[in-house]
Amino acid sequence: MKILVCITHVPDTTSKIAFTDDNTKFDTNGVQYIIGPYDDYALARAVEIKEQQGGSVTLLNVGTAETEPTIRKGLAIGADDAIRINAEPTDSFFVAEQIAAIVKEGNYDLVLMGRESIDYNGGQVHGMVGEMVGLPSISPVMQLDIEGDTAKLAREIEGGKESLEVKLPLIAGCQEPIAEWKIPNMRGIMTARKKPLEVREPSSSNSKTSTFKYELPPPKGEVKMIDPEQVEELVRALKSDIKVL
Amino acid sequence: MSILVFVENAEGAIKKTSLEAVSYAAALAENLGESEVVALSIGTEVSEGTLASLGKQGATKVLNVAKEELNQGVTQAYASVIAQAIESTNAQHIVLAKSSLGDPVAARVAIKVNAALASNVVDLPDLSDGFKVKRSIYTGKAFAWMTLNSDRKIIAIKKNAIEVKESGNDAPVEAFDASIDEADFSAKITHTDKAEGDVLLPEADIVVSGGRGMKGPENWGMLEDLAKTLGAATGCSKPVSDMNWRPHHEHVGQTGVKVSPTLYIAVGISGAIQHLAGVNSSKYIVVINQDPEAPFFKAADYGIVGDAFEIVPKLTEAIKAS
Repeated sequence: MKILVCITHVPDTTSKIAFTDDNTKFDTNGVQYIIGPYDDYALARAVEIKEQQGGSVTLLNVGTAETEPTIRKGLAIGADDAIRINAEPTDSFFVAEQIAAIVKEGNYDLVLMGRESIDYNGGQVHGMVGEMVGLPSISPVMQLDIEGDTAKLAREIEGGKESLEVKLPLIAGCQEPIAEWKIPNMRGIMTARKKPLEVREPSSSNSKTSTFKYELPPPKGEVKMIDPEQVEELVRALKSDIKVL
Repeated sequence: MSILVFVENAEGAIKKTSLEAVSYAAALAENLGESEVVALSIGTEVSEGTLASLGKQGATKVLNVAKEELNQGVTQAYASVIAQAIESTNAQHIVLAKSSLGDPVAARVAIKVNAALASNVVDLPDLSDGFKVKRSIYTGKAFAWMTLNSDRKIIAIKKNAIEVKESGNDAPVEAFDASIDEADFSAKITHTDKAEGDVLLPEADIVVSGGRGMKGPENWGMLEDLAKTLGAATGCSKPVSDMNWRPHHEHVGQTGVKVSPTLYIAVGISGAIQHLAGVNSSKYIVVINQDPEAPFFKAADYGIVGDAFEIVPKLTEAIKAS
């Protein structure tokens, strides 16, 4: 089983979100970067499938040299090698084109990634890559088992789940509970340093969108505390003050 | 030229998120000076009368691809049908709701018709200089303004961000005969498990959610009573779904379902930042927690410090009595 796992390099989920340069740039001050949580699930499942069936797991990231610690963490978790496309990701279309170029030449059985990145929340890249390379793409995948040349999956739908079968090769956008997150152990961290990390220049420079400004939501007002003996006061407020009942 | 809007259905009705999409498309048409808003429905599960009623949200025509093999939302087949409808109507603007079907379908359509795609859009575009949209990013913690640089543009709107228009008259419904390619059905849907009769969490106007403070799955009855009284959906925090007290599809948070209801009631949830990320688009938040230091109170509009097992039944009764 030859598996490609595409990972994003995103601010930690607890990061304070702020912008600089007149709200045109993300403020990286004090921000820790991690593998996108959904991508982490994809990687964990890829490593499990490799352990069960043999094969290899290649990581792919579109990013500048700053993303290499994140890629090394992915290698420590169990990927065998990695490719970094040396470019600042500009939009989903650009990232999808880079991934599609690698998928086309790599002959992968499975291409896994998170259902979306937790910074831009687009949820578009897996579908775009699928269309670009002419492969089925399924998302958001919460269960994935491989039986011979067939993938058996479950994807989340609003208020439930849908089970599917599809022949490999396949592209999947993953989410929990597809696997338990894996935490790199000391041996993994040591071996990750020596695993191959190939740096390539982007195959194209096409974007269809450009982000030019950011905004924060308006600050939240003070919480109004209600006496636990007076729940009727809450009902009155919901009915009369904010009219939600 | 027309604006095409893809509508999803469930249980024989058009989804609320798609009614929002049609309302958005109608307002967009007005701003662009377009006269045609064409709604596209796929499958046979919605009656012609229901489809015609999309006129109330501003559709001027409804195209109906009434093929039974399309009753299940197969991503590739839907993308193919939508692309054919775009070409047939010469639509330059395509609107749909961001959803578990909308996301992968929109992405494939964008490549098929060479369109720029903006997802999680929360408002009508600024047309003063180009086509700029405001979209939610960082799981609702910020917004980005983005320019769409292709002639064709696809806009996937965030749930509950757009008000549903309720006026106007029925729209004519026409059959649309899209060609179906067997290759688009390479992914076979073998089974669907759906919570029946419940309010769907991602689309709910009111959500009642429970956390570890509920102490066990056997105590969820009182939250369900409150939810039923309010016509609300039930949700839960990540530890609750991890412990299998509640199904995964009820997990609200950064890596679970993101909700944006009018009212979110959190019971026994401390308010970890990852949970807040899933609910911070809610219009109003009520927090009930025994711990006065629970961080969730900082994000709440109304808070009650106390024992959920006493407060929740009292609240349910008070709502019934009001």
